[in-house]
Amino acid sequence: MLARWDVVLALLVGSIGGVIIGAIPGVGPAVAIAILLPATFSLDPIVGLTMLLGIYGSSMYGGAIPAVLINTPGTAVNALTSYDGYPMTQRGEAHRAVSLAYSASFWGGIFGILCLILLSPVLAMIAPMFGSREIFLAALLGIILVILAHRGQIFAAGLLAMFGIFLQTVGLDAVTYTQRFTFGQSFLSSGVNLIVVVLGLFALSQAFFLLTAPDSSPDAKPVTGRMGAGIKELLKHKRVATVASGFGVILGMIPGTGEFTAQFMSYTYAQKTSKDPDSFGKGSPEGLIASEAANNAVPAAAMIPLLALGIPGEALTAMMLSVFYVHNVIPGPQLFQNNIDLVYGLYFALIALNVIVMVFLLFSTNLLTKIIRVPTRFLGVLILLLSFVGVYSLRNSLTDCMIAAGFGVLGLILKRLNLPIVPIILGMVLGGIMEVKLRSSLPRLKTPLDMIDRPIAAIIFGIIVLVLALHLRTLIKEWRAHQPEEDHDLHDSQTR
Amino acid sequence: MSRVKTLQSLFKRYRRPGDIVFAWFALIGSVLLLSQIADQTVWRNGGKLFAQPRFWPAVSLGGMAFFAAFHLLGSALSERLEGRWQEVWLWVSSLEYAAWFIAYAAAVPYLGYLPTTLLFALALALRVGYRKTSTLIAAAVAAVIIVLLFKTFLKVNLPSGLIYEGLPDGLRQIMLTYF
Repeated sequence: MLARWDVVLALLVGSIGGVIIGAIPGVGPAVAIAILLPATFSLDPIVGLTMLLGIYGSSMYGGAIPAVLINTPGTAVNALTSYDGYPMTQRGEAHRAVSLAYSASFWGGIFGILCLILLSPVLAMIAPMFGSREIFLAALLGIILVILAHRGQIFAAGLLAMFGIFLQTVGLDAVTYTQRFTFGQSFLSSGVNLIVVVLGLFALSQAFFLLTAPDSSPDAKPVTGRMGAGIKELLKHKRVATVASGFGVILGMIPGTGEFTAQFMSYTYAQKTSKDPDSFGKGSPEGLIASEAANNAVPAAAMIPLLALGIPGEALTAMMLSVFYVHNVIPGPQLFQNNIDLVYGLYFALIALNVIVMVFLLFSTNLLTKIIRVPTRFLGVLILLLSFVGVYSLRNSLTDCMIAAGFGVLGLILKRLNLPIVPIILGMVLGGIMEVKLRSSLPRLKTPLDMIDRPIAAIIFGIIVLVLALHLRTLIKEWRAHQPEEDHDLHDSQTR
Repeated sequence: MSRVKTLQSLFKRYRRPGDIVFAWFALIGSVLLLSQIADQTVWRNGGKLFAQPRFWPAVSLGGMAFFAAFHLLGSALSERLEGRWQEVWLWVSSLEYAAWFIAYAAAVPYLGYLPTTLLFALALALRVGYRKTSTLIAAAVAAVIIVLLFKTFLKVNLPSGLIYEGLPDGLRQIMLTYF
């Protein structure tokens, strides 16, 4: 499958394009995937999938460059990279920081894919055990985790997740054929399109954000020195890189947590176990490795619940789910039984993209530092023009454009207020799954307890109870200690 | 007094100017939508609760109202921040760019993708303050690249412009197909 020229080309375009997109602060993979998603409709499924997978898997590599060189993460998940990367640049060690970031990213990326491959037989065995009620409970767990993961913003995250669930109910109910919240408007009968919402919330909102903010043009100095040196230095810290990648894999598999939590946990681990903990935040190579290895291990791990259960854990995998659906590939328990060649094709595509990106970065870092300098308002103009392609090509509908513009303004408000956008998207996707699966499981339920009378359903239910209990315990402890939750950079970084 | 302080420590949180305005909008919007539930959804007699078409809208809107109320409470109990109305004005000013986007989408079926994209790229670049010839040329080049990439090579489903109908036969066919 990967030997086809069009697939190889898509992989090259996706992976190199992803690095470039990731390197430009203010664009990011979510914007790029949202814009390109409708453009891939006309492509062969595997070509479209490979290209978008390339962008998804490679953008974090590029995001490390501005994080290290100008203290501005290219993608939100590179926020912690700047803590140690930028001080190294200030010390005149930019090439060391950049090459360490690349090497750690590569380590994390390959580690994540290997875990995905090793877990495949287990997934193939477990996935068929997931029936309607198990998938319903897993989606419910996903919603709960998405809300609880936004510490300090739980009420806002809950509000926005519920808004997402509400949005997916609008339109004609496919089972009872009754209208829901259409207010007599025919354009609402077919519901609110997920891709239109995604384009509005991610792409158009970013265009509006950049166009309404003062113009700026980051000044990134060229990097001199051997890029391969980072690999040798990484091997001195392979314990940190491996543990950080492990955090990335474990947390990447859990819906709603992902890169941010993985980064913070691995960074904390690296600091606590370091011989020089005081250097963290001042240019520690271990801190840089922990951050980059963790966030690059996540994309492959996040594919695990997506491929096995059809449940996305964060916004990018929610978009990837749309990509799969659009190309008639239905992730879920049947995928491993009926389409195992496609699954392995995706694994190899992930490995190939990591190798392509690593080779590309070793020779093109200085080219990317020039791309970083694109003025922000100019970027805003380009994103606005590109968003049109994404929205209008869906159904050639001006109404879709108006809806997307409305969500663009909402997205801008949320970004300005530092409130999370992701719960809306996950609410829409997981809400739809919950409604369908709950309905299809009803004929087999005589009492509510029948919902958890199977082993996996009982385990997921136990996890839900445990998660809620642990959160309540943390809240009570914090309240007793009188420590109000504070904002931190991971939330702030969503606007970049 | 101590009870008020306890309440504050429980709900106060980090926020930005304009948060309370958003919180009020969210609560009012949620309650208004919830008030329409009987009118906008159907209850099927004899059906199970979870299978009712009203069930999920009710759960989601109830949840929205619940979380919006606590979000507002948190905002109201946190210290007041300066610059609330400047922030709201910035939100309102973003509507201008939403209008640009809609105007662009409305113009494409009439003026054609290439001319409209070129026109809007240049006009928007001027609108946001770019005056240097090199930047304007870059905007025009970017517009042409976008059209070539999506319409000419990827053959994305975008309408041809009515304006092309007035072109000579050979050129019209090329413009209708590729630009």
